Amino acid sequence: MIHLSSPHIHGGDSIRMTMLSVIFALMPAAIVSVYLFGWLAFLLITVSMFTCVATEFIALRLMGRSATPIGDGSAALTGLLLALTLPAYLPWWMVVLASVIAIVLAKQLYGGLGYNLFNPALAARIILLVSFPLNMTAWIIPMHVGTPVINLYDFNACLNLLLFGPEALNTALDAITMASPLGHIKTEWSQGVAVTDALRAYDYSYLDAFLGREAGSIGETSALALLLGGIYLLARHTISWHIPLSYLATVLVLAAIFNLIDPNHYAPPLFHLLAGGLILCAFFMATDPVSSPVTPLGQVVFGVGCGLLTWSIRTYGGYPEGAMFAVILMNCTVPLIDHYFRPRVYGRAPDRSNRDA
Amino acid sequence: MLHTLLKSMGIGGSFSGGIEPDMSKITADASISTSLMAPLYIVPIKQHIGEVCEPLVSVGDTVYKGQKIGKSQGYVSVPIHAPTSGRVIKIEEHAIPHPSGMGLPSIFIEPDGNDIEDRSLHPFSDYRNTDPAELRERVRFCGIAGLGGAVFPTFIKLLKDQRNPIKTVILNGIECEPYLTNDHRLMIEKAKEIVIGIDIIMHMVGASKAIVAIEDNKPDAAEAIREALNEVSLPDEVQIEVRLLPTRYPQGSEKQLIEALTGKEVPAAKLPMHVGVLCQNVGTTKAIHDAIMLGRPLTERIVTVSGTAVPRPGNMKVRIGTPMRFIFGQHGLDDFDGIHLLHGGPMMGEKMKSIDIPVIKSTNGLLAMHNATMKQAHKLEQPCIHCGHCGVACPIKLVPNMLADQCRNDQFEKAEQYNLFDCIECGCCSYVCPSNIPLVHYFRYGKGQLAQISRETSFANESKQRSEAREARIAREKEEKAAKRRVVREKHKPAATDAESDKKTSDTPPTDEAST
Amino acid sequence: MMHLLAAVASFGLFALAFGVLLAVACRIFKIEGDPMAERIESLLPQTQCGQCGFPGCKPYAGAVASGESEVNRCVPGGERTMLKIADLMGVEPKSIEEEPTAPMIAFVREDECIGCTLCIKACPVDAIIGAPKQYHTVIADHCTGCTLCIEPCPVDCIDMLIKPELLEHWAWPLPDTHRAQQATERKGQHAPYTA
Repeated sequence: MIHLSSPHIHGGDSIRMTMLSVIFALMPAAIVSVYLFGWLAFLLITVSMFTCVATEFIALRLMGRSATPIGDGSAALTGLLLALTLPAYLPWWMVVLASVIAIVLAKQLYGGLGYNLFNPALAARIILLVSFPLNMTAWIIPMHVGTPVINLYDFNACLNLLLFGPEALNTALDAITMASPLGHIKTEWSQGVAVTDALRAYDYSYLDAFLGREAGSIGETSALALLLGGIYLLARHTISWHIPLSYLATVLVLAAIFNLIDPNHYAPPLFHLLAGGLILCAFFMATDPVSSPVTPLGQVVFGVGCGLLTWSIRTYGGYPEGAMFAVILMNCTVPLIDHYFRPRVYGRAPDRSNRDA
Repeated sequence: MLHTLLKSMGIGGSFSGGIEPDMSKITADASISTSLMAPLYIVPIKQHIGEVCEPLVSVGDTVYKGQKIGKSQGYVSVPIHAPTSGRVIKIEEHAIPHPSGMGLPSIFIEPDGNDIEDRSLHPFSDYRNTDPAELRERVRFCGIAGLGGAVFPTFIKLLKDQRNPIKTVILNGIECEPYLTNDHRLMIEKAKEIVIGIDIIMHMVGASKAIVAIEDNKPDAAEAIREALNEVSLPDEVQIEVRLLPTRYPQGSEKQLIEALTGKEVPAAKLPMHVGVLCQNVGTTKAIHDAIMLGRPLTERIVTVSGTAVPRPGNMKVRIGTPMRFIFGQHGLDDFDGIHLLHGGPMMGEKMKSIDIPVIKSTNGLLAMHNATMKQAHKLEQPCIHCGHCGVACPIKLVPNMLADQCRNDQFEKAEQYNLFDCIECGCCSYVCPSNIPLVHYFRYGKGQLAQISRETSFANESKQRSEAREARIAREKEEKAAKRRVVREKHKPAATDAESDKKTSDTPPTDEAST
Repeated sequence: MMHLLAAVASFGLFALAFGVLLAVACRIFKIEGDPMAERIESLLPQTQCGQCGFPGCKPYAGAVASGESEVNRCVPGGERTMLKIADLMGVEPKSIEEEPTAPMIAFVREDECIGCTLCIKACPVDAIIGAPKQYHTVIADHCTGCTLCIEPCPVDCIDMLIKPELLEHWAWPLPDTHRAQQATERKGQHAPYTA
């Protein structure tokens, strides 16, 4: 028996329980994704999760290490999260590539679980976006939204699409995709159209955005499904409220201020909140424990930084969506935040010197 | 911030951080039994924080119960007394309840079965009109140390200091460790003695206010104390109140208790007296009562015998020096295969390497746990996932995961900067860690290494000073010898006439001294 | 062409100006003595045993600072001192060749001592007390375990005993977990970390 010091009782929490609880929290979003994107979503999630776990297994064995860590569920979670950030249609090899990048490049090469600097799913997504911009911004028209060209509930059609591309279904990528709300207002603004007009032309409705009936990556569209999962995680204390609250509040405040100043140029705050992958990032990506700060105050600083960057990139940047870039950029600052934003120690002044009685 | 504001107003009443484990108070209703006479008593010469005692008896001596058998040395030390009457059969090293398994010289007493008491100490019947210094000396003489587990010599705290007057005495009846119920039962069964003990303490330090702090899972104990407060006649100016606090661990830790009751924090590297507070465990308080009112030194204490592997758990009055095997035997446990023994509670107690170790003043609990229970707590250590739960649970608001990382990687100076020495080793961080990292173990390793480095550095500096002093001495001696030689040569120079000496000084160069 | 000449001239002037500045600074802020040797000496355990091949800790520190000697010669200092010296000098750590031994204390068997004072003269920290024709004894608290007193004794009455471990100096070892072992292994492979 290993002779370890006290304490000799344990609360029972484990990495596996943590990971499984997050996977469980993502189930509403996964279910909605299948409702909107049919078998494409299902295949995407399955391929991604399987490849991630298999890649981790192979990577660990190649490094001469024991493969038991795949049982902690972190690779499976990365696979699920990655899939939820991808457009419904990607060539199968891009999905595999994304999974391999996430696990090998962004996780195992740093030393495995607990050592990665960046959020693996987001890092892989960004690499893919920059490498394959066309495919990564081709948002498939979801079912129950407008008139879809292909029936996504047809398994054969989806499988053929995944394996052989739109040509296999005698159609082209342009025909089966549409712009996301964020993409739409950015392109319109570059042509001088005001935000409010652009949204009206798009037939935008806040209700649709909240429920998820809009174009986007398969997991980011439904704010409702994601919020359900987020509230579950908060209630279970898997994540703390600091990051989601500060992140969303910062975006809200910034958007509100600028929208008041110039409603033509700056989108309304509620639009920003429901658009793109903000809620997905705020509750599931930015809160990834390994790549986010450890101290509560540090987490607030992190959330504010993410919010600032997200809004700025969305408004002024070249890309329509800035959430993933924001989180990755803030991930770089986490060791610094951890050092400088430690809580005040009991019995000491905030500068850690001895206090006078 | 709102939290602190409320606490300082007496609302809310808890500290930040902490955990709420399963309390397992299975012996809460077991009234205190008395241990049978053991066949042998082994009394180590140090059972407290501070210097070891010097044995006052020799092999073959007859001793009586309560007789002083070890003299305290130095200021931070208290004497030890014989637990029963009998004969000293040997004085040699024996294992003590220490995680290292190391031992200390101990006095072995074979009881004669008559339990004759040494009645040389007279009771102070009217302590309120006795000089506190006399009472303090009695507390010291009776060998009383903090029975909550810290075993700090009590008399040192009971000083009426003009520079740091005590305004409030806090009686620690919290007992936040799972399984332990000895203070609980003591408060129910000896409430009057405890209340008198409180009054004695208040008289000794000149305080007029006292709070008896009890966790809210012990309402019967609170009731018993309240009844005793009504029955015992106390001076009018004395105010003693009973306060129930939420059941959380480590509510019974001195710093956290003061934070919960007064809203104030004890400054780092300072003591409760610097915020006008004195904390005393209820067991220690009862021992003070016995020392003053009955003239009895500390020779026994209440021990909770519990755990998953004990057939008949209970609370027992045990004499200091009783072998643990004998105690477990009286609770139905004889076979120790596949069982681990903990000295103290499960959060801060230590695993014992042997069963034949004596009970000492700090033994507040003896737990026998099955292998399976222990394995559940010490699972495979996985990498830290920076979830931050340890920081939330830490009552001192450190960052345990960073500290453990630094200690594991020999960055001890950095760990010290991150306030490693402020850690109270309560174990909350290890309890919540999902990666099963033995955080407290890493901290203890780091603290030990830093202490060792500090010792080695000061020894190296002293050695350097001695070496330099020696070189200076040798150089000085050489110089003195050279000076003597010059004097001798001057004295023994051949005498010369003026003319010759003139010639000599101009022609002959001075001869070189021959080396001896 | 003029632009090129102007660029070359301006860069040349900058280089000259900074060169002069550096030379002046070097002259003004020059420190007497060899601070590196002093810093290395402060890391050594001051045993003055000579096992490094030098007559004391100060000469060894000087030799390391000037590059004459390796960083791994100090046996009592052990691995930890070697890593600190290597870190200070900015060189690769080199493992100590000798096996580390437990700390030792010299002990004089007094009934065999003939009172010759040879060991007293040999001790570099004056840890042996005694007088001619009187028993000699080692002050245990001052002894550094350098073993320089063993050889001079003509009757071989000095033993090196293992320093007893005191209970109050006992410290918890590293946890016996796989990760702690990994950390120990990795420390041997990487350069020392500057905290």
